[in-house]
Amino acid sequence: MLIAQNIGFAIIAAVMIVGAIRVVTTNNVVHGALWLVVVLAGAAAQYILLAAEFVAVTQVLVYIGAVMVLFLFGTMLTRSRIGRDSGLNNTYWKLGIPVALALFAAMAIALIDSFGSEKMPSDGAIVSTQQISDQIFGPYLLPFWALSFVLLAAVIGAIVLARKD
Amino acid sequence: MFVNQFLILAAVLFCIGVYGVIARKNGVMVLMAIELILNAVNLNLVAFSMRNGSVDGQTFALFVIAVAAAEVGVGLSLVLLIYRNRRTISLDDLSEMKG
Repeated sequence: MLIAQNIGFAIIAAVMIVGAIRVVTTNNVVHGALWLVVVLAGAAAQYILLAAEFVAVTQVLVYIGAVMVLFLFGTMLTRSRIGRDSGLNNTYWKLGIPVALALFAAMAIALIDSFGSEKMPSDGAIVSTQQISDQIFGPYLLPFWALSFVLLAAVIGAIVLARKD
Repeated sequence: MFVNQFLILAAVLFCIGVYGVIARKNGVMVLMAIELILNAVNLNLVAFSMRNGSVDGQTFALFVIAVAAAEVGVGLSLVLLIYRNRRTISLDDLSEMKG
């Protein structure tokens, strides 16, 4: 069981990393969006591996369903070149590589130092959707309300910004 | 399963996202890199939720997903507005506020 989980993790993680690297290196905006779908679906699979079904389903609905449609519409409406486009990178894009590597080195050292070879609890209770809703509508009710207003403001703001006067 | 395997995967995704934000010029591609960063954070939250056996991490992940949806909506409408006014979404060309 545990070995199967680890093999699944390794395969999904490899696919996610390849997809993420393609998102930031591809010369084609539409391909970038489609590689982002691969990464997001991989993240949903990892959530299922972590026994978080509700978050996984929400990830599929919100990210792969809604956010990707937004990205593809954004690509179309801004008439980014459909197809190869060599002008997607900055002139100083190489600066990003040492920054990302240094950041990763710092985080990896900190993580290995603090968690080492600590294992996930194998007998962890599975979190049910009911527990999540008890949390959201119980102790987190006020943040939930605030988030509702954030979404409302974002929707109205997006309409106001994008409409033609 | 180790705790670290999830955390290091999230760190890798985060760093790739940071590279994308730095290297990309196209506004839509920068938003995609930001999505990568937010997903790395979500993976961390869910992993810690399992490690601590508590529901809070998953609740926070749901909040992050909702905020990310709002952020993409506003961000893309901003990109659209910039495109309408400037006929380009190259972020290098937006230098009016440079001192």
